[in-house]
Amino acid sequence: MTYSQAVLSGDRLALTRLLTQVENNVPEGREALIELFPYTGKAHLIGVTGSPGTGKSSLVNQLALYYRKSHEKRVAIIAVDPSSPFTGGAVLGDRVRMRDLSGDTGVFIRSMATRGSLGGLAQSTANMAQVFDAAGYDVIIIETVGAGQSEVDVARLAHTTLVVEAPGLGDDIQAIKAGILEIADILVINKADRAGVENTERALKSMLDLAHPTEHVFQHHGQSMRTVAPVQDSFSAPMWIPPIQKTVATEGKGIAELAESIGRHVAHLTHSGDWSLREKNRLEVELDALIRETLVNQFMEEVSQQQYDDAVQRIIQRKISPWEAAKSLMNGRLK
Amino acid sequence: MTEKKIRVLVAKPGLDGHDRGAKVVARALRDAGMEVIYTGLRQTPEMIAEAALQEDVDVVGLSILSGAHMALTPRVMELLKTNGQEHVKVFIGGIVPDEDVQSLKAMGVAGVFGPGASTEDIIRDVRTAVTG
Repeated sequence: MTYSQAVLSGDRLALTRLLTQVENNVPEGREALIELFPYTGKAHLIGVTGSPGTGKSSLVNQLALYYRKSHEKRVAIIAVDPSSPFTGGAVLGDRVRMRDLSGDTGVFIRSMATRGSLGGLAQSTANMAQVFDAAGYDVIIIETVGAGQSEVDVARLAHTTLVVEAPGLGDDIQAIKAGILEIADILVINKADRAGVENTERALKSMLDLAHPTEHVFQHHGQSMRTVAPVQDSFSAPMWIPPIQKTVATEGKGIAELAESIGRHVAHLTHSGDWSLREKNRLEVELDALIRETLVNQFMEEVSQQQYDDAVQRIIQRKISPWEAAKSLMNGRLK
Repeated sequence: MTEKKIRVLVAKPGLDGHDRGAKVVARALRDAGMEVIYTGLRQTPEMIAEAALQEDVDVVGLSILSGAHMALTPRVMELLKTNGQEHVKVFIGGIVPDEDVQSLKAMGVAGVFGPGASTEDIIRDVRTAVTG
């Protein structure tokens, strides 16, 4: 029996071995992905992102517990932590906050390191999620590393993206979070028992109002006029305005409300047709990444290290520009 | 991207709360380019074996300072075997009397590191145990 067949029949050892093959991007892993692909597309992918220290892992722990206890859903967690850019090593510590989940065979937690900066994260995280999807996990929670550009990738991968905040992160919250807000389907203020929670909530609310204006005031011939944009019109589905959910993950407070919010988001995606739109976008991103990877691999096969080194030398000596060198190397020869 | 990374689970079974050693080792293995999954304090053998399975690790490092190594180690090794992970190399760090070191090695433990062990030795032994 191949790993993929064993995974479909619920073999956890085969699942863990296959996840490694997929993560390492070895040929056996790619073969298995091809075999498993018809079985994917059923799971709900939830992305959890936010600054380091906001309590993402604790929140994921509680959310998984909730889905187990209240809905008896099988939950997979992919927890991503950074690799050292110098040694390639990593300490993956997200499990420390997820000890409540151990002993439950309906939960599978897998830690992974970012392993370099060439988009390897997005590619193999998405593939690992596909393996869990095929293996029959109903909910797949993907926890990203802290702040960075990869957060946008998680929004492309997940159906529902949670952006986790915490009070007391300082006044610069607005400056940094303007970008992150765009990918949030649900905003979570974790550690909501701490001082300053009102300020955080107010800051987030005011930014949401800017991003999703329902009321405009503008000047017209010296008069201030007010229009109220329809939140719902008869031609299209209602717009999704990211709700703000307050939680205290260490005590499990606000988790049921958060899960309800996630449920409403799924219903919204289904009714508005956004679910299929997101699926399409996600598969497009995957296809693009695969095409890019294939092209790079082809290039590596066709161009020798010697040719490459020669090109670098000639660039250093200013005999050729990097643009010309890239062009000639792509054509398989260096002039 | 096809390079095989050594994955190590660093766990603290039992009830002692001294995790400084475990953290130092985790950091050293990280600096040696390995991926270290750290589970935190007070893990049962069942939790450790389950984490080793889910993370598909090559090595399990147990940090035990409570003196319970002769009780905890065989249980972890037995559970690894039950899960089909007998290939996983088990290392012990902590305070282990010499006569116990022999018994632990006899039951298949790949290495035992006591106080004063250098991180260089640990890295070398872990790497050799995995790559042969």
